[in-house]
Amino acid sequence: MAFITRGFRGRGDADESGRVPPGQYRTEEFPVLSAGPTPHTPLEHWSFAISEGGEELARWSWDELLALPRETVTVDIHCVTKWSKLDTTWEGVSVDTLLDGVETEAAYVTAWSDGGYTTNLPLEDVTGGKAWVAFGYDGEPLDPEHGGPARLLVPHLYFWKSAKWVRGLRLMDEDEPGFWEALGYHLYGDPWREQRYWGD
Amino acid sequence: MAGAAVLGRLVWLLAEVVELVPETPRVTSLVLDVPGWAGHRPGQHVDVRLTAEDGYQAQRSYSIATPADGERLVLTVEELDDGEVSPFLTEELRPGDRFELRGPIGGHFVWDGSAGGPLHLVAGGSGVVPLMAMLRHRAEAGLDVPTTLLYSSRTLEQVIYREELDALAGADPALRVVHTLTRAQPDGWDGYARRIDGEMLAEVFGEGGEANVFVCGPTRFVEVAADGLVALGYDPSRVRTERFGPSGR
Repeated sequence: MAFITRGFRGRGDADESGRVPPGQYRTEEFPVLSAGPTPHTPLEHWSFAISEGGEELARWSWDELLALPRETVTVDIHCVTKWSKLDTTWEGVSVDTLLDGVETEAAYVTAWSDGGYTTNLPLEDVTGGKAWVAFGYDGEPLDPEHGGPARLLVPHLYFWKSAKWVRGLRLMDEDEPGFWEALGYHLYGDPWREQRYWGD
Repeated sequence: MAGAAVLGRLVWLLAEVVELVPETPRVTSLVLDVPGWAGHRPGQHVDVRLTAEDGYQAQRSYSIATPADGERLVLTVEELDDGEVSPFLTEELRPGDRFELRGPIGGHFVWDGSAGGPLHLVAGGSGVVPLMAMLRHRAEAGLDVPTTLLYSSRTLEQVIYREELDALAGADPALRVVHTLTRAQPDGWDGYARRIDGEMLAEVFGEGGEANVFVCGPTRFVEVAADGLVALGYDPSRVRTERFGPSGR
């Protein structure tokens, strides 16, 4: 049971949209969180790869990625540090498009990024119109501090799953904890079930 | 990479306020007794959960300012102008009040002296809090790791832990504390008087080496500091960052 703290009332502007998960508050800002310096990979050296078992199955250069069919999506995002931001608009390529033609028995993916960051997701959470490799935010190129040139966008999970500076997806048979997941954060990270940390 | 992580399930514990210590006009340290606290590493944080009588809840994260000390925990909280939780913690709480917290959280932005090499710390404003846990641990454990803190504040009055930092540095030739005051400086101030930049980082920290680097502050501050240190040759994988506040958009 939650303990009532004497004198705490809150601001009285609790969100009633039904779109803010438990323990979250709504912000109009776009805070930044990352564990290390912002990488600055030149676009001519940038590529995005799909691989499995050490074997590369597909690769796109920056220009090739931009030439794929694009989608613009407006979604709510939820950071484990408690902020939620509603109606954010992104442009990118659906992961379904990237996996089109890839034959796999894998059940999980590890997204990996410049700077060494990784995060793990079930394959079914990045397919079926649920995830994108996004390079545009709010009509502009995605800022480096927000993950540009491109980040994964998986809005139905806590935002650490939306790996900044993403460079590829590794198809995995087993669910292998990524960077934060190995440091105590939840393996799956559903904000509506408040899966912030191990055991939640 | 990082060492011991959070083990097992993080349960909500009840913290009791023992003492409130004003640090600056906007910053207060909460000295807490937390029965059941299992310990933590310098640099980690907690989640605080406040519940109102009508059931409304708010959660926020706060850095721990002290090294592990049994069930005693100190959080240092800056009151934010439009904040919902921080003004309650800094203005309303009284000794004896209780609230929920859980942790420790975060296993990357930690330093306990086990990693080799000098320690370089860069703090902007209340970003000094988790770095202070590292400095206090270093002092208590008698570690002589060469350590430098570059600490940016707006004014001298807004320097958190100023006297303690002076005392620590005065008693320890291996510890150097360098302040920069970005908005106003007292008469006779002979320290830095501008926002951090590449030149300042080069003067204070020198060329890149085997140092373990921790940067904490607002986003813009962290971007400048981390980019500047990487440009000086510091290994990006040894530059650890923690950011707070809006990005400005």
